[in-house]
Amino acid sequence: MLGRVQVPPTAKKGESFEIRVLVQHPMETGFRRDVNGQSIPMHIVNQLSCTSGGRKVFSAELGTGMSANPYVSFYAVAQASGEVVVEWSDDRGGTGRVTATIQVS
Amino acid sequence: MRLAATLAAAALTGALAQDPPRPHPPKGGIEFQSAAVRAMQADEFANPGLLWVERGQASWNQRCTSCHGDAKQSMKGVAARHPRLDAALGRVVNLEQRIDACVVGKQKAASLPYESEELLGLTAFVGAQSRGVAVQVAIDGPARATYERGKVLYNERQGQLNLACNQCHDGNYGRKMLHDTVSQGHPVDWPAYRLEWQAMGSLHRRLRACYFGVRAEMPAYGAPDLVALELYLGARAQGLASSVPGVRR
Repeated sequence: MLGRVQVPPTAKKGESFEIRVLVQHPMETGFRRDVNGQSIPMHIVNQLSCTSGGRKVFSAELGTGMSANPYVSFYAVAQASGEVVVEWSDDRGGTGRVTATIQVS
Repeated sequence: MRLAATLAAAALTGALAQDPPRPHPPKGGIEFQSAAVRAMQADEFANPGLLWVERGQASWNQRCTSCHGDAKQSMKGVAARHPRLDAALGRVVNLEQRIDACVVGKQKAASLPYESEELLGLTAFVGAQSRGVAVQVAIDGPARATYERGKVLYNERQGQLNLACNQCHDGNYGRKMLHDTVSQGHPVDWPAYRLEWQAMGSLHRRLRACYFGVRAEMPAYGAPDLVALELYLGARAQGLASSVPGVRR
């Protein structure tokens, strides 16, 4: 699954930095019907988490209230240089993973 | 008296021979959107249309690089020149049709259906290579007839509401309709991500939404009438900077 993550290239140790995530997903609520009156089955991303330097810094349970192609933004405290990994999974077993690198000084 | 009448008649024929007055100064559609939507389109990360651009880049790398190479060079300004006359096909085609003609004719692959994720992605990716390039469509020579057809469609009343495009987009742009601000109808950033659709959509999908809005019969995707209208709109938008992918409410 397609997604994007953005972190600043550098940060000072102990400072907080913003992590921005955009995931391509229909986020179908399960409440809608198509033009023929048939129910459109639910299809949503329900788990999203982020690790920075092997440490879990953020996790969220998303629900039907999120729009399609959800955009999530949050802050983490810079501890060590390394990869910021964002992973998510949907209710049909689909998963996605994007990474970015941050240099902590 | 007779002289005045003759002069009036001459002025009238002169006016008829020319194109009807156009919005001045011309503005792209994004300038009629709310501050939040403008910020979303300008954001190089959070603009959701960029997801389709990325998807299009993946398709491009698979399908197109062996002939066209680096899109940054080979596709720069291409979208800003479309729709344009395709000599081989003998008709005016828009960017979607041009891409599909290449897929079917050169690659001998299955045609990409209109509004499919792959065609939207490729169109958005090729369109994004023309960011900042001024729209410059050719309306001379054999393309003239298509342009004239587009002009007729633009100025013709249609649908149960009996409205023509020009009544809103030339005469009432900047005013409110259904809590939206009426734009000048300059399609410089399509395909665009429309929040109402929760997805990317082509210009033809947007034009069909306008047909639906005035309760007129909607032409099929890729119909010659929609391409003619697209060419006319492109000629109206001449000189405006292309800014694919757009975001709309």
